[in-house]
Amino acid sequence: MRIFDPHIHMTSRTTDDYGRMAAAGVRAVVEPAFWLGQPRTNAGSFADYFASLVGWEPFRATQFGIRHHAAIALNPKEANDPRCREALELVPRYLAKDSVVAVGEIGYDAMTPEEDDVFAAQLAMAIEYELPALVHTPHRDKIRGVARSLEVVRNSTIDPGRVVVDHLNEVTVGAVHDSGCWMGFSVYPDTKMSPERMVEILRVHGLERMLVNSAADWGRSDPLLTRRTGEAMLAAGFTDDDVDTVLWHNPVTFFGQSGRLDLTDLRGGDPTYEGNSILRGGS
Amino acid sequence: MESDARRVARDVVADDGWLADAERRVARDPASIVRLFASAGRHCGRASLPQVEGWTADEAARARLLLALPVAAVPRRVEDLYRYGDADEKRAVLKALPLLPLDGGAVPLLHDAIRTNDTRLLAAALGPYARHLDQASWRQAVLKCVFMGVPLSAVHGLTERADAELATMIADLRDERDAAGRHLPDDALALLKQLT
Repeated sequence: MRIFDPHIHMTSRTTDDYGRMAAAGVRAVVEPAFWLGQPRTNAGSFADYFASLVGWEPFRATQFGIRHHAAIALNPKEANDPRCREALELVPRYLAKDSVVAVGEIGYDAMTPEEDDVFAAQLAMAIEYELPALVHTPHRDKIRGVARSLEVVRNSTIDPGRVVVDHLNEVTVGAVHDSGCWMGFSVYPDTKMSPERMVEILRVHGLERMLVNSAADWGRSDPLLTRRTGEAMLAAGFTDDDVDTVLWHNPVTFFGQSGRLDLTDLRGGDPTYEGNSILRGGS
Repeated sequence: MESDARRVARDVVADDGWLADAERRVARDPASIVRLFASAGRHCGRASLPQVEGWTADEAARARLLLALPVAAVPRRVEDLYRYGDADEKRAVLKALPLLPLDGGAVPLLHDAIRTNDTRLLAAALGPYARHLDQASWRQAVLKCVFMGVPLSAVHGLTERADAELATMIADLRDERDAAGRHLPDDALALLKQLT
């Protein structure tokens, strides 16, 4: 089983996780920029974070034969803090980078006027930089949050086929399906979505435009739940090809719209010297 | 090595005119280098250049963009492009430093690269421009190469600059490794032998 995790926060994961993910079949990931648990208080903090997403994390991933790409954005929660707002000016610089394949996570947290502005501004950046967009949906007040997000997408000139609306469930999938946007599902140990529920959604709504991710981060989460979802699909009677469609081809197609997805030479392009690297302890 | 690198920067990047146009834009409007520098690999490719060992097409293209800057703009742009660069851009800046009209003012970039745990940046920091690095920092960087397994062939002018203090540091590391049942890379042992 080959796996492309289209949404995972590796910054918050250990090097051991990379090893376990590689052993489970994960070959590529997209890490979208988000909040870190501890709120940031200045734009410089974002500059270092973005630098890590296009520097250290890809280096760490490559040690395990995993290709790391990023999505860059000022997230909606911190968009509400005036001390962080300057970070919005940094975003375009990072959208120009080779390994950046989307604008994200954008969208809503508490649906404030500040979030409206930053969401719209970053959708416009997605158009300017010819990148797809990854839209986070709120944990609270999700149903209205999804509806409002879809309205913002409709009011933008972005092609819905270049937008994924993420963290969906049984209640919110229908509206996104009808909008033409891609549908993202974050499979978690005991909240958002489980492998079994995910399989049922795939049975009802089909495999097209479906993206399954672990969204693993600093919270209770598991980077191997993409694999567990593939196994649950097989157990429910889906074929190997179906699993490959959902866990590989779909994310490749979606992020491939950036023109920057690089999946060549996944095992051979090791930038370390003779295998000496953090695999052996680093400095 | 330095003259080879200059040749890379001048002659050997194959492209469809994008680079020549980008150089003209950078000469006219230095701020335009920000986006052009980031996208150089997508236009010029990233293949190794057979003509000059150790350089890739994107690194050479980026060196040419830096060389196209008005001289007065070089120090500020170099610092900015490194600071906000991805790992490939940072490495390209480091490799281009000895080709640029700079005094020792870009040494802080070397310190930054040497602080990272990215072996590619560490190696790139120890090119010809590292002559501006003070001896204590240079020794620590060489020792870090040994520690992380970066081949010492990455260190420009190694045998001329290596001294007794570096030998002591490498010998101590060798003793620690031996105690742990591990060993120093052959190139470090060879250097040690030469120094003692």
